Amino acid sequence: MSATESGAVAPVRSDLAHGLRRWFSNSGVTVGGGLLILIVLCALVGPLLVPHEAFDQSLIKRLRPPAWSGGLPEHPLGTDHLGRDYLARLLWGGRISLMIGLSTVIIASVIGTTMGILAGFYGGRVDFAVRFLIMVRLALPAVLIALAIAFIAGPSLQLLVIVLGLLLWDRFAVVARATTLQLRNREFVVAARAVGCSDFSIIMRDILPNISNQIIVIATVEFANAVLIAAALSFLGLGVQPPLPDWGLMIAEGKQYILFSPYLITLPGIAMMLLVLAVNLLGDGIRDVTDPEAKGR
Amino acid sequence: MARYVVRQLMLSLAVMVAVSIVGFVLLRASGDLALRIAGPEALADDVERIRVAYGLDKSLILQYLDWAWRVLHGDLGRSLFFPEEVSTLIAQRLPITLGLGALGLGAAILIGLPLGTLSALWPNGILDRAVLAVAVLGQAMPPFWLGLLLIIFFGLTLNILPVSGAESWRHLVLPTLVLAIATMPTILRLTRSGMIDALRADYIRTAKAKGLNPFTVVVKHALRNALIPIVAIAAVQMGALVGGSVVLETVFGIQGLGYLSWESINRADFPVVQANVLVLGVIYCILTFVSDLLHAFLDPRLREQ
Repeated sequence: MSATESGAVAPVRSDLAHGLRRWFSNSGVTVGGGLLILIVLCALVGPLLVPHEAFDQSLIKRLRPPAWSGGLPEHPLGTDHLGRDYLARLLWGGRISLMIGLSTVIIASVIGTTMGILAGFYGGRVDFAVRFLIMVRLALPAVLIALAIAFIAGPSLQLLVIVLGLLLWDRFAVVARATTLQLRNREFVVAARAVGCSDFSIIMRDILPNISNQIIVIATVEFANAVLIAAALSFLGLGVQPPLPDWGLMIAEGKQYILFSPYLITLPGIAMMLLVLAVNLLGDGIRDVTDPEAKGR
Repeated sequence: MARYVVRQLMLSLAVMVAVSIVGFVLLRASGDLALRIAGPEALADDVERIRVAYGLDKSLILQYLDWAWRVLHGDLGRSLFFPEEVSTLIAQRLPITLGLGALGLGAAILIGLPLGTLSALWPNGILDRAVLAVAVLGQAMPPFWLGLLLIIFFGLTLNILPVSGAESWRHLVLPTLVLAIATMPTILRLTRSGMIDALRADYIRTAKAKGLNPFTVVVKHALRNALIPIVAIAAVQMGALVGGSVVLETVFGIQGLGYLSWESINRADFPVVQANVLVLGVIYCILTFVSDLLHAFLDPRLREQ
């Protein structure tokens, strides 16, 4: 920040250019980020461009194979067991997966980061309590608990997101705690305290901005995690419910036709793999750029 | 050291109690047990009699303590579906799940350790990049989907491996492969980063300068140090594999603990679900405890703290 205050314009620009170059020369950021942007665009705009509705059934056009294995050109990726256009459903499914990943990460990061910062900042009993909660959370079999809750409360998309958010906060807490511990006794925190800043303002203005990079990296990891777990729950029938075109649910619906229509299973899986791959690559890239020490871990 | 062990042990016990409370809450939330035990045609009087007989009229805290007391004496309760006691069911199913987890973990270490070591020898080389690409792909594949793909390819197209059940070793090939691919990236990355750090260390330079055989330097000096965190993480990974067994055992129709949990949830047989939550939690606690001890045992620096 001192460069801007000194009034020199040229160095600022080259700082910016240097920063941009650092981001764009990282293959994880460019490949992962590019792929993610592409997936987001497909999910948002795609369903509007495809001439078929993801929910329109047609009993005379059931289980048509994709265009490359003798299907109709109007259904390039074929149709499912109810004659619904598979391309339209895959694109729609992207919206659901992105929504699940994003909402879960928002809930989990708020819970986990708050707990982690409080533990690292106050130490002592607060720290002990948070560490105990993390241990308990890790000892609970997440998939089993999520399945049981979904069965008791009745499965739905909203419930899925809430349950996953309440289960996937542990890594946020672990990382926020560790990074806050490193910052707690740094000069700028001690100085802020000496000037009489409240704990709340120190946490919001000195701690949070300095741990945000690590939190963002964890957010990408948990985004991928949430998408995979949600798909597994939908696959088992206690996640997203029909007729919504969730990728995990589509794989479950295609399971019966595994012998003659394997594309019903392979295509949603590939879509999910691309999304998780993009998010993981982006996360690795962000970590490499913001924390060069940890490169390649 | 003794103080450390005692403290970790107490902490593990407290975690187990917390997990058991979660399991108990799930059972309570699943509905009126007296109604379930009595069946749909029971008279109101009978339901009340069962409620009293099973102690379901007492306060929740007393019910929890009753249950905990019985658990401590090896009685995990009765299933609403199976005639066997829950403890018998779990004793039958657990070895399958643990065995499969151990196989998967073993295979992951067998693949991940050499690959991680090789890619650490030439960081950012072609081999390193290829290995990392494999790891990233392995992490991105949903395990249940990978399982189905393997079923399509090896079971249906080539027809050389059975796709469901656990009767012979051939049934275990595909599930082991899925577990190995899912776990291998973690092992590989840890080996790689541990080896890169170890190879940079002074004692490696000394060993090289002494003119030791490069193979000895890598395997005996560097790998030994890089292995410490892997041994520690392996126990935790085992816990994750066992906890995640629900999905995989459903795909491959393996009658382990995960499949039992899945069936029981769908039959609203929550005494079994509750017991499974407890058993999986206890297994996780034991594994982390063992892993902490192993870590401290292998790394003298940790022991002194």
